[in-house]
Amino acid sequence: MSTPLPKFVLMLEEVNKTFDGFKAISNLTLYMDEGELRTIIGPNGAGKSTMLDLITGRTKPDTGKIEFGRDTDLTRLNEYQINRLGIGRKFQTPSVYIDHTVFENIWLSLKGSRAVWTTIFARLSSDERDRIHEVLNTVGLSEKAGWKAGALSHGQKQWLEIGMLLAQDPKLLLVDEPAAGMTDEETHKTGELLLSLEGKHSIVVIEHDMTFVRQIARKVTVLHQGTVLCEGTVDEVQNDERVIEVYLGRKKKAA
Amino acid sequence: MRRKATKLELWCVTIAAFVMIVLLPALNATTEGSFLHVSNFTINLYGKYLCYGLLAISVDLLWGYTGLLSLGQALFFTLGGYMMGMHLMRMIGDLGQYHKPIPDFLVFLGWSTLPAFWKPFSNFPFAFLMAMLLPGTLALVFGFLAFRSRIRGVYFSILTQALTYAAMLLFFRNSLLMGGNNGFTDFKFIFGYDLREAGTQRGLYMVTAITVLIVFLGCRWLSRTKFGLVQQAIRDSENRVLFSGYAAGYYKLFVFVLAALIGSIGGMLFVPQVGIINPSEMGPDKSLEAVVWVAVGGRGTLLGPILGAFGVNAFKSWATRAYPDLWQILLGALFVLVTLFMPKGLVGLPEQLRGLKKRYDLRRKKMTNEAATAISPAVGELGSETRGRDAPATIAEIE
Repeated sequence: MSTPLPKFVLMLEEVNKTFDGFKAISNLTLYMDEGELRTIIGPNGAGKSTMLDLITGRTKPDTGKIEFGRDTDLTRLNEYQINRLGIGRKFQTPSVYIDHTVFENIWLSLKGSRAVWTTIFARLSSDERDRIHEVLNTVGLSEKAGWKAGALSHGQKQWLEIGMLLAQDPKLLLVDEPAAGMTDEETHKTGELLLSLEGKHSIVVIEHDMTFVRQIARKVTVLHQGTVLCEGTVDEVQNDERVIEVYLGRKKKAA
Repeated sequence: MRRKATKLELWCVTIAAFVMIVLLPALNATTEGSFLHVSNFTINLYGKYLCYGLLAISVDLLWGYTGLLSLGQALFFTLGGYMMGMHLMRMIGDLGQYHKPIPDFLVFLGWSTLPAFWKPFSNFPFAFLMAMLLPGTLALVFGFLAFRSRIRGVYFSILTQALTYAAMLLFFRNSLLMGGNNGFTDFKFIFGYDLREAGTQRGLYMVTAITVLIVFLGCRWLSRTKFGLVQQAIRDSENRVLFSGYAAGYYKLFVFVLAALIGSIGGMLFVPQVGIINPSEMGPDKSLEAVVWVAVGGRGTLLGPILGAFGVNAFKSWATRAYPDLWQILLGALFVLVTLFMPKGLVGLPEQLRGLKKRYDLRRKKMTNEAATAISPAVGELGSETRGRDAPATIAEIE
C-alpha cells in the first residue's frame, strides 16, 4: 500500500457511447489510483458493464479519452492487446474452459508468450507448475486441480476465473459481479479474496449486493444513466439523497 | 495422463492400423478365389472411404476442436483432387481418344497446344506443391478476411458454403480450361504404373492408409499441445481467450489452413483411386455430407471422423442400392437422430451409456432419499440459503 507518488492507473475522461440512439455512457469521467480497490454500483442499465467493455476494447467510445497508466491510449487497441498491457477482466457469468482441467485453465492464463508458434512447442516448466499451484492455493481450488472445470460448482467457477486473472498477474483487475449466484458463505470468501489482493493489484469491482459492497468497499462510485452520480465511502453514498432516489430507494422498495 | 482411455485408444489404433495397412492389402494380394481373398473392389472402396476420412478430420479440426462449422471443406478436398487430376491427365500422354499429346477436352475445345499453366503439371512434385499452395493460400486469404472481421457461427458457415458454391460454378465453365462439367477422367498411369492394375490400386490404398495414420497421430499430438488447449478453449469460450491475451483469430487461421491442407491431401489420394474428378464434388451437399460423417462418428475426437466417414459411406453404399430414392432422406434422418440422441456420436456411445446408467442409479438413490426426507420435512429448508439468479448445479452438470 505504499506507493510514493500515487498516480492514476486508469483514467476515463468525458467518455460517451451511444448504441442505436441509446446513450449507454454519457460524459463519464473516472480516475483510479494505483493499488486502489474501487467498487462500482448502480441500477441495471447504468452502464457498468458497458464501461468495462470500453476499457477492455470490446467496444470503442464515440468520444472521450481512456488511458491506462501514464499515457497508454486504450481506445486504439483491441481486446488481446489491452489484456497484454496488464488489464484482466472477469465476466459476469463465469467463463472458464469447461472441457479443460482446472490446472489447464490456469496454465493457459499464465503470463507468457501468446504466439501461435510458441504454444505449439510449449512445455510446462516446473516454474509454471509452481506458479499454477500457488494461484490455485490463493483461490482455494488446489484439491480440484485435476477436475474438469465444467464439473465445478457455480461459485468455484467464479473463483477459477478470478484465479485465471491472477495467473496473468495483471496491474488492473476488472471484476464484474463476482458474487452473483454464490451462497452467503462463498460471497464472504470472495470478499476476503479480493481484499487480500488490494495493494498488489488495482481492482475494479462491479457489484449489486450491498452486503458484499459493505464488506469490501473502500471508495464507491455510483453510476446512473451512464455517468457518475457520486463517489465516496459506503456510508456517504448510502446517505446521498440522489442515490437513495435512483438506486437504493428503488431497491428497498423492490426488496 | 489426461484421459484414462488413452491406453485403450492406442491399442485400438494400433490394431486398426495393422488391419488396414498390412492385413487387408496382404489378403488382397492372395490369389483370387481363396477364401481369405479380399477383392479389389473392397480395397478400392476402403481406399475411397479413407480419403473421406481425411476430409472428415479436416471438418472436425474446425468444427469439433475449434467450434468453427465450415460447410465448404469439400472445396479444399476437390482442389487437391484437381491438382492431382492435372498431373494424371498429363500422364495419359497421347493415349487419349484423339491420340493427341494434350488432354482430350482441350482438343475438343479446339486447342492444339498445351496452355502454359498446364505445362509444369507433368512434374509430380510441382503438382503436389500446387495442391498445397492453392488450397492453403485460398484458406489463408479467406480465413484472414473472415477472422479479422470476427465472422463467427452461422455466418462463417454460410460464407464457407458460398465459397465452395462459387468455386463450383467457376469450375463448371469450360473457359477455365479445367475440363468443365465433365472434369477429368480416363486416367491411365501414375508414376509409370498402370492405374487399372490391382497392384497399383493396392499401393495407392496403402499410401492412403499410412497417410491417414500419420495425419491422425499428428492431429492427436497437436490437440494435446498448449496450442491444442487454446484451440479448444476458443471453442468453449472465445471471449475468455481474447480477454486472456490470445489473438484468437490467428489461432483459427492456423487451424483453417491446416484443415484445408489435410482436406487437399485427401482429395489428391481420392482422384487416382476413384478415377474421376469433376465440379460436382464442390457442391454444397458434399461438404454437408462430411459434416454428417463427423457428427455420426463423434466430433471433438479424431477417431470419430474416420469411423463416421467409413460408417456413413458404407451405409450409403448399401442404401443407394437398396433404396435409391430414399437415400437423401435416410441421411437427413440419420443426422437428426444422431444430433438428438447421440450428441457425442459413435465414439461417445460407451461413455453415454455409462452416463445413463449412472443417472439411473442416482435417481433411484435420490428416490429412496426423498422417501426418507419426507419423514423429517425440516431438511427441505437447506436449499434456501443459496441466493442469486443461478440455480445450483444439477445432476447433469456434475456429469
